[in-house]
This record gives sequence, C-alpha cells and structure tokens, in this order.
Amino acid sequence: MRPHTANRRRTLAQRDARLGLTLISPTLLIVIAAVVVPLLWSVLISFQRLKLIEIGVANPFAPLTLANFNRVIGSGILWSSLSTTVVYTVGSVALSITLGVIAAMLVRKPFRGRTLVRATFLLPYVAPIVAVTFVWRTMLNPQFGIINEFGQKVLGWSEPIPFLSQASADWNLLGAHIPVPTALLTVIAFEGWRNFPFAFLFVMARLEAMSREPEEAALVDGAGYLQSFRYIVLPQLAPVIALLAILRTIWTFNDFDNIFLLTGGGAGTQVASIQMYTLLTVQRNVGAASAQSVILAILLILMLAIYLLILRRRGEKA
Amino acid sequence: MTAALNLRSVRGRRSGPKRSARQRMIGLGRALGIAAFMFAVLLPFYYMFLLSVKPIASLLRDPGSLFISIEDFTLSTYVEVLGPVSGGGQGFLTFLGNSALVALISVIVALAVALPGAYAIARLPFFGHRQVNALFIAAYLFPAIVVAIPLFVLFTRLGLRGSLVGLIFVYTAQTVPVAIYMLRNYFETVPVSIEEAGLVDGLSRLGILRRITLPLSMPSIAATGLFVFMIAWNEFLFALLFLIDKRDNWTVSLGLSQLSGSVEVSTTVLMAGSVVLTLPIIVLFFVVERYLTGGLTAGAEKG
Repeated sequence: MRPHTANRRRTLAQRDARLGLTLISPTLLIVIAAVVVPLLWSVLISFQRLKLIEIGVANPFAPLTLANFNRVIGSGILWSSLSTTVVYTVGSVALSITLGVIAAMLVRKPFRGRTLVRATFLLPYVAPIVAVTFVWRTMLNPQFGIINEFGQKVLGWSEPIPFLSQASADWNLLGAHIPVPTALLTVIAFEGWRNFPFAFLFVMARLEAMSREPEEAALVDGAGYLQSFRYIVLPQLAPVIALLAILRTIWTFNDFDNIFLLTGGGAGTQVASIQMYTLLTVQRNVGAASAQSVILAILLILMLAIYLLILRRRGEKA
Repeated sequence: MTAALNLRSVRGRRSGPKRSARQRMIGLGRALGIAAFMFAVLLPFYYMFLLSVKPIASLLRDPGSLFISIEDFTLSTYVEVLGPVSGGGQGFLTFLGNSALVALISVIVALAVALPGAYAIARLPFFGHRQVNALFIAAYLFPAIVVAIPLFVLFTRLGLRGSLVGLIFVYTAQTVPVAIYMLRNYFETVPVSIEEAGLVDGLSRLGILRRITLPLSMPSIAATGLFVFMIAWNEFLFALLFLIDKRDNWTVSLGLSQLSGSVEVSTTVLMAGSVVLTLPIIVLFFVVERYLTGGLTAGAEKG
C-alpha cells in the first residue's frame, strides 16, 4: 500500500488542478467573449471605415486605415471632451470622497438608530440611475422645480437658474466677473451625491478596524477634535483614500449614464464617453467612435496599471 | 467592544466640566451633520414619492409645496403609468415584466457560472491561477462603454440586438467578475479543515462544494445574487443601445428615460414610474444590506 500513497497524493493535486480549470472555464469563456474579444475587435474597427448603416454586413477583414484616428484627434473634439472629462472626474472624485469621509466620521460613534442611518446613507448609490437623475432634473427644473422655487422664495434669487442647460454664468464677485460652468458643476454635485456612499462604505470599514487608543490619548492630552482627525485619523485613512481615488477615477472617467441622463451632454458637459456615443448614433461613424473608445481604453489601462501597482504594494506591506 | 466601553468610562471620569461642555458641542455638531446628510440623501426620494401621488395641476399651482393635501392625493398616476398602451397607459407593467425577467435570468446564469469559478479561485491550485484572477479584476473595473461598440456590432450581425437574450448575455458577463470576487472572499473564510475532513471521509471535491461549502455560504450567495439583480435591474446603457427600437422589450429604466424626454407624458405620471422602478431595489437593499456591505468591502479594512 505504501508506494501508492505518494502516487495518490500527487494525483489528488493534479485532479484538483484539472477540476479547477474545468470549474473556472465557463467564467473565463464568458469574460473572454464579452470583454476581451470585443476589446480586440474594437481596436480592429478603429482602423477600418465603418458606417452605422453597414454594420449588418461588417467585414472584419476590411482594409486598414488611420482615417478614424486622424478624424478624432485632428478635429479637436477629442481634446475639448478630454479636458471636460478631466475636470468632471477630478471634481466628482474629490467631492464624493470628501463627503464619504465626513459621513463616515459622523456615524463613527455608536448611537441609537445608527444601523438605519448607515443603510440610508447608501441609498443614492443603489437606487436606479434613471430614476434618481429624473428626480434631480425635476427638482432643478427652472419652471416648477423645488430648488428654484426655494431659491426664489427664500433665498431671494431674482430669476430661476437653469442648472442643467446653462453652460456658464457670470458671477459678480466684488466687481470681478467670474465665469462659472453651471451645468458642469451641477453634474459634479450630482456625482458627489450619487457616489459618496461608496467612499463612505470603504472608509467606515477602515475606521472600524482602527484602534481608538491613540486618539483617546491625544484627547486626554488636550488635542482638539480637528487636530486628532488631521494628525491621527487621516494618516491612517490615506491608503484607503488612495485606493478609492483610483477606483472612482477609473469609473468616473468613462462614466456615461449620469451625464447622458442629466444634460444629454449639452451645456459644456460633453465628456469623452458622450462624445463617443454622439459619433456612433448621430454621426453614425462606427469607426471613429471605436477610435475614440480605443483612446479611452488606453487611458484606462494606464490607470488600471497604477491600481494594480498600488494593490501589490499594499499586499507587500500587509 | 468591552475595550471601547472601558476607555469611555475612563474618559468620563477624567473629564471636567469644561471638557464635557466641549464634548456636548461636538455631539451637537455631529447630530446636525447627520441630520444634514439624512436630509440631502432622502429629499430626492421623498420628492419622487410626493410628486407621484399628486395631479400635475396641483404641482404647477404650488411647486414649492413639500406636502400633499388629502383632497389632492391620487393614485391615478400609477394607473396611467402601469396600464397598457392600448388602454391609454404607458405600458410600464410590460416593462416591469421585462426588467424582472432579464434580471432574474441574469442572476441564475451568473450564479451558476460564478459559484464553481469562485470556488476554483479560492481553493484549487490550477495553472494560470494568478493571471485569471487579474483578468477578472480588470474585467470588473473595465467600464461598459469601452466594449459597447463591438458588442453592438456583433449583436446586430447575430440578429440578437433588440432581443432580451442579448441583454441577458451582456448583464451576465458584466456581473460575473464582481460575483466571483464577492463569493471568493467568502469561500476563503470557510475553514480548510472542514473541507479536509470531508476529503478524509471520502467526499470528492464537487461533493465538498455541494455538501459543505455551499450550505455554509448561503447568506453570501443570497447577497451576491441580489447584487447581480440590482445591477441588471438598474442598467441603462446596453438597454439603450440594444432595445431602443423595440418598445415591447423595453426595461423600466429604458422606458422611463425615453418617456421623460417627451412632453406628452406628465411629470407626475413619470414620477409614479420612477417609484415603480426604485421601490423593488430599496426593499431588496434593506433586506440584504448587512451581507452586501460586508461582501463588497472585504479586504478594504486591511488598509
């Protein structure tokens, strides 16, 4: 019997490995079919001439051309949409993480009803995007929206503010006229509302795992609340904030739904993904839209690489 | 927990009147902060519900009102939004059916695929393990818009555009990576020793998965399933790209977004549609909230 044991153990490990491949293969196939292959195909289409009307007979072996990239990069639309995207992304990410950290600090200490409050804070993030954007649009409506009504009746605005259709407004501040991108700021505010729960969740989990002793000691020694936050809590939150920043940047950078549903990409909110959708459905140029999506994908892969690097660094420390 | 309690009692003993006044200030600030967040979070949902039970005339007469009088209260908005188009309604009942069908089948397929996959990643040392894991993380983080065009072209060529089957395929593919991630995190918490005991008792690997690991992971599986359901139910971009020409196949999200662009349907009726779209998600969310938040942030507290 003895010589058999070693043999059997090896076959168990081998069998495990083979079973592992069998069990993983359906997932692998789906991910390859729905993400990897489309991505490669997207690259191919971006080098071909393809109009929307021809896609029923699209030929993967059509001749290659650089026309799409010339068109997208040369027209200048790419750069203006990219700069809008960067402003939108930086603003949204910063706002949602700041709000998330504040919210997590607020509910850190136990109180009655805390579970319910924490669950409620997550609602903006889980609610259907179409429904919440529709409510926001209605609330901000210049004719009968509650916000403009409140602003005019209580805050004394002389006229309603077209939050989602005004590209830029002049704010008169001490005699200086400052142009303010109204619609862009509004969609950033929406992003803050919609996504702060995501940061909230992560920061809360980190806070719960954090020892309170250094803070208690600092309080006893007379440190203020803000001081202890600044010098004790925030440094410990830095890694999770970095992780959140890169995750949210990846998602916000290519975000389509929010802006499409709020402004349709008008009034100075034409971000890169909306630009791509316009190329596809309005200009009906599948090739150019693909070229735009390939450029987005390259930027995205760069960000993903940074993310994986951060993960690896964290892994080494842990 | 006990450590925290002790600390608080220590601090309580030391604090003089000055400190307690300051702490009361902090406590008040915290309460106000929480109230402000609650208000900002809930106002849109309250407004949604409020407008859904008002006639449009009442809204236009007094747009600033945050309340509803008894005589104005109406459910006719719901009747109109849910009713079939032939009967003068907006057909949301059909859309609800489509959304539920697509979401449910996506959940079933995603779980059927992700359960064995997550187990393999958590437990079995197969060739290319790390690469597969990295691929799934990348696929999870990759936004849909980047692969939307080739899928659009592909489905048009296959004749699947406009059908719910194509949508189910996309939703499954989009949710499988995150489902794997959530389930794997849970499987890894199941003690290996229990599984080894099963091996010693003569169970096969699949027997262990079926008899030991799956029953132990039921809460996590339920949470993952509901998470997939939420993603599929809420999804907008692919529904827009694939189904726009086929009104009969519209999901609730697509229906609401399409009709809210037209002037013929009144805002209050569409608010009723929003409530119909949102309510199932909120109910589901409160049922599974505890498991869901644990699964999503697992690993985050490592810092």
